[in-house]
Amino acid sequence: MKAETVAALQDARTKRHALVLATRLSDAAETLIYTDRAEGVLAKDAALLSAAHRALGIGRSETVDLGGEKIFLNVYVPPPRLIIVGAVHIAQSLAPMATMLDFDVTVVDPRGAWATSARFPGVKVIQDWADEAFQAMGLDVSTAVVTLTHDPKLDDPALEAALKSDVFYVGALGSRKTHAKRKERLAEVGITDEMFARVHGPVGLNIGAKSPAEIAISILGQIVEVRARRLEALAGPKVVAA
Amino acid sequence: MSDALDVLDQVGKWKNAGKGVAVATVITTWGSSPRPVGSQLGVDDTGAMVGSVSGGCIEGAVVKEALAAITDGKPRLLDFGVTDEQAWDVGLACGGKVQVFVEKVG
Repeated sequence: MKAETVAALQDARTKRHALVLATRLSDAAETLIYTDRAEGVLAKDAALLSAAHRALGIGRSETVDLGGEKIFLNVYVPPPRLIIVGAVHIAQSLAPMATMLDFDVTVVDPRGAWATSARFPGVKVIQDWADEAFQAMGLDVSTAVVTLTHDPKLDDPALEAALKSDVFYVGALGSRKTHAKRKERLAEVGITDEMFARVHGPVGLNIGAKSPAEIAISILGQIVEVRARRLEALAGPKVVAA
Repeated sequence: MSDALDVLDQVGKWKNAGKGVAVATVITTWGSSPRPVGSQLGVDDTGAMVGSVSGGCIEGAVVKEALAAITDGKPRLLDFGVTDEQAWDVGLACGGKVQVFVEKVG
């Protein structure tokens, strides 16, 4: 692997670009395939580009045989993002745990006393209203959103924006009763029953979680599950080689 | 895979520090294998490791090949599996098979 390739892969991560590194196994010759361009020895090889774009689409690395040459396609996708709305106690457990799971974590809360870097070392903290922050960040299909404030005026705008986007996971802390009331309020701003059904609430897997750290685990377990099922569905059944 | 990118971060740091570095990548798996295709292990010229290509079963053998690749610059394709006698030596106990590509960085 060329040193420039290492730098290109790191640069793509910083910019949240997905790409494929194609390595010819006979001589380690490299080609980088981005969604809109390709660079390297095989950058003009139509069969390789087509295989690489397919791998990029399903997000799965694989070895392909092109004209007798084995080529390994390594797919590098930007890490999934977790946006936590509410810089509360549970968030203080959820943020480092999600970081450990390779999530790119951002904590959003307009309340200055809560949204401090001192409370959330090592993660991005945005002191703003969620809908404003979301607009600046751009919600996408590799993003999960969890609301933890219990306060409708903070949680509701976040849920509304999340449900009007294609984020892969939406979760909202609160009891069944709270959740039912939330549904009524969001209906008034155009969130249909079908859209609301995407919200995981009460949030998290039912593992009897009580403490902030336990609740964080149950939320993360659910996010991991939803993401894995989605990626499985995208990729189809795994072909087992003989 | 972002964990692979964390491996590359360390690989980049080693390169910048003037060390010899190799990267090993899981390129094919059969049956149950502990790490998915695309998983990477970075190795520096002292044998220090970052990341993984198995649950710890084959790393020792891979590091040996990585050090050789750092020395001679040649890429290597390694097969580990239960049908392979070498696999018993290094103990791929899960019963799966993996193919690992090892190459020098630089």
